[in-house]
Amino acid sequence: MNIKENIKTLIIKKPLKLDCGQTISDFPLAYETYGKLNENKDNAILVFHALTGDQFVTGLNPVTKKDGWWSYAVGPNKSIDTNKYFVMCANVIGGCMGSFGPSHENPKTKKMYGTDFPVITINDMVNAQINLLDFFGIKKLFSVVGGSMGGMQVLQFISNFPDKSKTVIPIACTSSHSAQNIAFNELGRQAITADHNWKDGKYILQNTVPDKGLAVARMAAHITYLSKKGLQEKFGRKLQERDDLKFGFDADFQIESYLRYQGSVFVDRFDANSYLYITRAMDYFDLVKQHNGNLSNAFKNTQAKFFVISFTSDWLYPTQENKDIVIALNAIGANVGFVEIKSDKGHDSFLLDVPDFLKALKNFLDKSYLEE
Amino acid sequence: MKPEFKVISDLINRNSHVLDVGCGDGMLMELLAKEKNVNIRGIEISKIKVQNCIAKGLTIIEGNAEEDLKQFPDKSFDYVVLSQTLQAFLKPEKVIDELLRIGKQAIVTIPNFGYWKIRLHLLLKGTMPVTRTLPDEWYNTPNIHLCTIKDFVYFSKSKNFRLSKSIALKNNQPSYIKNYNLNFKNLSSNLGIFLIER
Repeated sequence: MNIKENIKTLIIKKPLKLDCGQTISDFPLAYETYGKLNENKDNAILVFHALTGDQFVTGLNPVTKKDGWWSYAVGPNKSIDTNKYFVMCANVIGGCMGSFGPSHENPKTKKMYGTDFPVITINDMVNAQINLLDFFGIKKLFSVVGGSMGGMQVLQFISNFPDKSKTVIPIACTSSHSAQNIAFNELGRQAITADHNWKDGKYILQNTVPDKGLAVARMAAHITYLSKKGLQEKFGRKLQERDDLKFGFDADFQIESYLRYQGSVFVDRFDANSYLYITRAMDYFDLVKQHNGNLSNAFKNTQAKFFVISFTSDWLYPTQENKDIVIALNAIGANVGFVEIKSDKGHDSFLLDVPDFLKALKNFLDKSYLEE
Repeated sequence: MKPEFKVISDLINRNSHVLDVGCGDGMLMELLAKEKNVNIRGIEISKIKVQNCIAKGLTIIEGNAEEDLKQFPDKSFDYVVLSQTLQAFLKPEKVIDELLRIGKQAIVTIPNFGYWKIRLHLLLKGTMPVTRTLPDEWYNTPNIHLCTIKDFVYFSKSKNFRLSKSIALKNNQPSYIKNYNLNFKNLSSNLGIFLIER
C-alpha cells in the first residue's frame, strides 16, 4: 500500500516482546484523536477497532474518503461525546492503515515483509497501544471501549493494565474465540491464499493483488455480521435490476449483487496479508486459557467499572459469550453492568444506528464520568 | 417515597453491599444509595427498565432471577432484596434458597393474599380478587404463586429460616408481626415485609 498522507504516527522505540517470541522495536503505530484532552487528563477514552476498522473512528476518513467506521457512536454530542471526551484510536499492529504490518518493508531484506511478518496477537496489539498513554501523559483512561475484536482488546487491555482505566466497555465480543469463529476466519484465509495472485504473500513485489480471494473472504465474513432476519427483510428474494431469473450465474438476486459490491469495495482499502494476520490474532485470542481456565483471574486486580453489551441477533458473538464475561466478573464481585440490546441487525449492530445501544452507551459513560 | 421502600431502607445497615432482584426502574436502588450509602447492584428482566436504570447511572444486569442468580458466589451480598416479585416466579422456593445462598440476609416483601378485602372479594363476588396491589385479571396476571403473610411465616418455619424481622403494612403504616397477632395481621395488612436468614 502507498504511504498515505494525513496519518499520524508514533514511532515506538521501546522494544516489544511479541507472544510469538520475536521482539520488535522502532515500529510505527498510526493513531488518530478526536476532542480535547482536559487539564486533569482524566477524560481520555481509548477506542479499539475491529477486524477491518482503522484509527479513523469518526468524521471523514482521509484515506478512504468515507465516514469513519463508528460515526454513529463517536462525535460531538454523540454517545462517545467528543465535546466532552478525548478519544484516541490506533491502527492495530498487523494492520494496513499505517501501523507496523505485513505491507511494511523489512529493514533486513529491504523488501515487504509479507508472510515473514511475525504473527501477532490481541495481547501484542494492546501492548503496542499502551504507548499512547505515555505519549499523551495520561495516567489513567476514563474508558476503554470496543466492539468485536475491539472488545477483545478491551478485555485484554484491562487484564494487562488493571489500573489504567476507570471504566471498561466490551461490546459484542468474547473472551475466547469459538470454533465457529475460527472456522469462518479460516474460510476467509483459505479464499485469500487460494487466489493465484496471492503469490505466497509476496503479491506486491509482483505487482499484483489477490483481490478475488480477499473479496470472497469479505463476502463470507459479511454474511456473519448480519442476521437472517435482517437479510430477509432487506433483500428477501428481490431481483437485481431485472424482471425475471436469467438462468445463469450473473447476480440475479439483490443479495448477490450486494455481497459482490461489499467484496469489491473492500479490496480497495484493505491488505490481504493484514487480513490473514488480524484474523489469526482473533483466533489465537483465549483470555480464559491465558488465566489457567479461570476467566475471573483476568480481572481480579482491577477496580474498574465494567459495562458489557450484547445484541439479540448477533450469532457471531452471541449473548451467552458476552454473558460469560459478566459471570466471571460477578464471581469476583466486580462492578459490572450488562445489557442485551434488541436489534435485527446482527453482529454489525454496534456499528449501526441502533438507538437503544447508542443511548445505553451514552448514559453509562456520562453517568460514570460524574462519579467521584 | 413508597412506604414499603422506607421500611426496607430502615432494615438495611449503612455502607453495606446490596443486590436488588427485580429492581424495576431502580427507585429502591436510588433510595438506598442515597439514604444508606450502600454499594448496590440490580438485576432486572425488562429491557426498558434496564435502560431506565442505566440512565440513572445504576449498576444493573439484565437477567432472569430464576436463572442468573447462580453466577453470584455464596454470601457475596449483605442483603438481597426481593420486592413484590416472589409470587411471579415459577419456582419461588428455589429463588428464596438462592437469595439466602448469595445474601447473608434476604428482604422479601409479598402482597398479602390474606388481606380482608381480598378474602371478601372472593367470598362475596366469587371471582378472583383484583385490588390495587394486585391489579391484574386471573388470565393475564404475572402473579402465579400468591400467598398470605401466614403462608410465608409457615413456609419460613418449615424451611428453618430465621425471620429476624416481620413487618406488616396496613394503609402504609408499618407494624411488627408476632406469633400472637399473626391471624390479625394476616387479615388486616396488604403487604408483608420479612428480613430472613438461614
